[in-house]
Parts: sequence; structure tokens; C-alpha cells
Amino acid sequence: MSFLIDSSIMFTSQVLFFGFGWLFFMRKLFKDYEVRQYVVQVIFSVTFAFSCTMFELIIFEILGVLNSSSRYFHWKLNLCVILLILVFMVPFYIGYFVVSNIRLLHRQKLLFACVLWLTFMYFFWKLGDPFPILSPKHGILSIEQLISRVGVIGVTLMALLSGFGAVNCPYTYMSYFLRNVTDADILALERRLLQTMDMIVSKKKRTMFQRGEVQNKPTGFWGMIKSVTTSVPGSENLSLIQQEVDALEELSRQLFLETADLHATKERIEYSKTFQGKYFNFLGYFFSIYCVWKIFMATINIVFDRVGKTDPVTRGIEITVNYLGIQFDASQSVLTPISHIVYCETITAFFPSSALQGMYFVSSVLLIRMSMPPEYRIIITEVLGELQFNFYHRWFDVIFLVSALSSIL
Amino acid sequence: MAALDRVKVLVLGDSGVGKSSLVHLLCHNQVLGNPSWTVGCSVDVRIHDYKEGTPEEKTFYIELWDVGGSVGSATSVKSTRAVFYNLLNGIILVHDLTNKKSSQNLYRWSLEALNRDVAPTGVLVTNGDYDREQFADNQIPLLVIGTKLDQIPETKRNEVLTRTAFLAEDFNAEEINLDCTNPRYLAAGSSNAVKLSRFFDKVIEKRYFLRDGNQIPGFSERKRFGGGTLKSLHYD
Repeated sequence: MSFLIDSSIMFTSQVLFFGFGWLFFMRKLFKDYEVRQYVVQVIFSVTFAFSCTMFELIIFEILGVLNSSSRYFHWKLNLCVILLILVFMVPFYIGYFVVSNIRLLHRQKLLFACVLWLTFMYFFWKLGDPFPILSPKHGILSIEQLISRVGVIGVTLMALLSGFGAVNCPYTYMSYFLRNVTDADILALERRLLQTMDMIVSKKKRTMFQRGEVQNKPTGFWGMIKSVTTSVPGSENLSLIQQEVDALEELSRQLFLETADLHATKERIEYSKTFQGKYFNFLGYFFSIYCVWKIFMATINIVFDRVGKTDPVTRGIEITVNYLGIQFDASQSVLTPISHIVYCETITAFFPSSALQGMYFVSSVLLIRMSMPPEYRIIITEVLGELQFNFYHRWFDVIFLVSALSSIL
Repeated sequence: MAALDRVKVLVLGDSGVGKSSLVHLLCHNQVLGNPSWTVGCSVDVRIHDYKEGTPEEKTFYIELWDVGGSVGSATSVKSTRAVFYNLLNGIILVHDLTNKKSSQNLYRWSLEALNRDVAPTGVLVTNGDYDREQFADNQIPLLVIGTKLDQIPETKRNEVLTRTAFLAEDFNAEEINLDCTNPRYLAAGSSNAVKLSRFFDKVIEKRYFLRDGNQIPGFSERKRFGGGTLKSLHYD
């Protein structure tokens, strides 16, 4: 009986998430375009729904909301479905759409899509080889294999994004880096841009004029002789002018981009003078300190070869809560992964690709699993099998550091 | 070919509707082989015979300024684009027949070009009366062109064409529907070519012959008579 109740709760929440994903898709991602094929939207919403459900299940797990066996069942179901969608359907559809955009292969769309998909599966498999995740106990098509591979890709991606964000974030938020832009600068640049456009126009007019001259068939004997002697320098002139025009067009594009940049900087300066701007600036300082601390910790973790136990944020919250005298179990360290996720999400852009999102969520789950204390690990271990979780954390640190360093450059 | 005889026509529309292909077709009578994304503004020149076939025939060079971007851009991008909207003589509004949103965005495009200081709102204005008022006293000739006609299946064609007819009426403009990869739509003597020719004639007329060579200002300049804040750069 309770199983039915639990299932219905899960199902309603799934439907809710589905609707939310649909709306999000319509509003934010595809604001200016008409969606021609609803398949994409459906797949996106379904993936989104299942990812959110997984997240929800973890929270339920920690808070102990639903019945244990039904939780377990839903876990398994969810995981299977997500993996199915992620590994099978999404790449297939991506391949299908890519192929249908290439006009040559229009006839045998399906065939080529299958070929692409098989190539993808092959590389996906090969990906797992260099990593210590293959356990001799399990077969090839087991869930653990798939999860491990998906996990690797997801962790890599998240670490890459976080690393990039860690460096980008202080740069964007702090007004220290903003140059001073005056109206006179902008006007001067705009004048240059318009002058360049005028030059392009006059050169094009000259080209047309000369082409017109050549086309107007000259009449008479002398006309023909004149056309012979003047057409040669004429066409040379044309190609010369054409080159100049190309160069000027390139210059106009550069000037336009520079002007747009100046306008944007001016806007940012104005924004930073408002209260909202100042508030964000302040936050930016904190955030950047946090980012620097994270990079520092990642380096230490690698150098001293240890796996990070708790996050500074969790540690801070622990200290404050203990100080307030509340019985707060440190094992409620769901805060760690959540802070991870919040941190990553606030500093990175949201990718409109359902495959990436799915992987993102699966890897988040793995990290959460990583940080959870032993008591809660029982259920999850049954479902996810034996994977080397220490490895994942180390891998995350490495990639994080690498991407942070490369984005500094 | 004097530098003073400038006739400037803007080509506006959403990204990817086919403005660059259209401009290339209009100026060179050839199909553009490798369309790529336009950064900033690209200009091309078309030779037009004003009042063709009459004794008053005269050749003009019409500059087609193809401005890239989207209506939903940040304010900074819009203010950068605004530099190109100076001294307009005509506007060609381009939309994609397969994409309804691009035709809805044309209202915002035209307002952006004509007003040049309207703050972006999230509300799309589609009330017919409101639009007619806005465009009733507009002196700058408009032309609405729908592209990618070949991608509409025959069955849906009537429905699409009625919709675009309403759109053109709102702007008090003529409309042409074509496919930029096929020059036969603008073949000499076809109704499309006649409409195009009429549009350019109107542009030239308003530019030169209605007010003794003085240029007709757009909305903003008429409202702000003593406006010293105009950042217009004069090219007289």
C-alpha cells in the first residue's frame, strides 16, 4: 500500500519536472526561434525530469522520507531509464539531426545516423580503458560499466567548467578590472567606423561604375580600340579595388566589435555605481576568495596525495551551528555536494544540450555519494555497484586545476 | 557619382533570415554562394534607374546597409547598431516565411530604426490600431520581404501569404515573397521586380524631389527640434 503511495508521489513530481523542463526550453533557450521538431523538446524535458527526480531521491534518502524498499526500486528504475536515454537515444538523435543537415546524405539518413551512433558507442567504450574502473567481477553490459563511463565524462566536464568559472568569475565581477571609458572615446571610435563604411561604399560605387563602363559596349571603330587598351588596366584596377574593399570590410568588423565592447564596458561601469552593482561587487570579492581557496586546496590535495574530506563551506557551517548549540550531525554533509553544485551552477553558463545536462546530473550524484557518510552508503552501493570513488575525487581535482590554470593564461 | 548623392536604405531583420543573400541578389543579380554570419554591418551598392522608360530617366546608386544582429540584444549592442541608423532614406524589413517569430520581431526592428531611443520592453505589440498610428505619419518608405518561400509546402502557402499580407498592411508597405537562391523571382518584368522598382523610386523621390533636396528626418529628429543630444555625425 505504501509502495503505491510512494510511487504516485514520485510520479507526480516527475510530471511536474517534465512540465518545468518544457517551459524552460520554450522560454529561455528557444526564445527567438520556432521549434520545428517537437522530438528535441520532448527528449530534453524527459531527461531534465529524470535528472531532477534523481536529485529528489537523494534528498529523500537523507531525510528518510519514503519507504526504504520503494526508494530502492525507484532508484534502480530511474537510473536505468536515465542511462538508457543518455547513452542510446540522445547520441542517436544528435547524429540523425547532424546527418539530415548535410544535404549530400539526405537519402540514407537512417543508415548514416546508425553508423555515427556506432562510432560514438565505440569511442565511449574505449574511453573507459585507461581508467581504473574495470572490475573483473562484472560483465560487459552491466550498469556499472555504463555508469562509470558516464561518470568519468560528467566529472571531467564539471571540473572543466568549474575551473574556468573559478578564474572567470572574479574577473567579471570585480570592478577593479574595469577600464575607464568616456563618451569621447566612443564617439571617436564610431566616427572611425562610419568613415570606414563610407570608404567601402565609395569604392564599391567605383567598382560598379567601372564594371558598367566596361559593359556598355563601346560603339564604333575607335571605341573598340579604346576598349582593348583600357580594359586591361580596368580589370586590374577592379581586382585591386576588390582587395582594398575586403581589407576595409575586415577593418569595419573589428571597429564594430571594439565599439560594442566599449559600450558594454560603459554599461558595466554605470551598473557598478548602482546599489545592485555594489552588492554584486561585494559578493564578487567573496566569491573570488573562495575560488582562489579552492584552487589552492586542489593543488594541496594533489601534491600531498590525499582525498579531501570536507569542504570549507561545510566546515564553516558546522562550526557556526555547533556554536549555536544545536545538535547538528556532521553526517548531514549533503551540504558539501550541494555547495559544489550551487557553486558550479552559479559560475558556469547553462548548456542547452540534453546530453551534457544528463551527464552533469549523474556525475553530481557520484560526487554526492562520495561525500556521504558510511551509514547512508548501503542502499546506494547496492544500486551503483562497486566503483572506485576515491578515484573520481582525485580526477575532479586534477581537471579542475588544469582548466583553472589554462584559463588564467 | 558625386559623394553628395547618397541614398541609404537599411536592410533589417533577425539573424539567419537571409538578408545578406537578399542584398547580394539585389546588387549583383547572382545568388550568394557561401552565406556567413554578418558581424556589424555590410554595405553593398545597387544601380537603379529612376523612372525607367521615361524621358526623365536617371541612374542612381542605392546603398543597401545590411545590419546584423537580433532584437533581443543587450542595450550596448543596440547602441552600437544605432550608429548605422543615421540619415536613413528607406528600410527593407526582411523576415523568414518559415519562422513566425521573425515576422513578429519586425515591429521591434522598425521601431528601433525609426525611433532610435526606445527602451527594449518584453512586450510584443501586435494590436493593429497601435501599429497603424505609429507608422501612419512615417515618412520613410518601407518594404517587407519574406524569404525562403521555396521551403513552404504548397498546402500551407495560402495561409502564410495571408498572414504576411496583414503584416505588410500594418507597416503600410508593399511586400515581396521570394527565395534568395533563385534569381527568377526578381526577373525583369515580374510583379516582384515592379514592386521593387516602385519602392526604390519612392525612396529617391522622397530623398530628392519632394523637399528641394533636404533630407526627411525620422521620428526622433522631428520630435526633438532643438535636441542637442543628437549624436548624429553629419556627412554633408
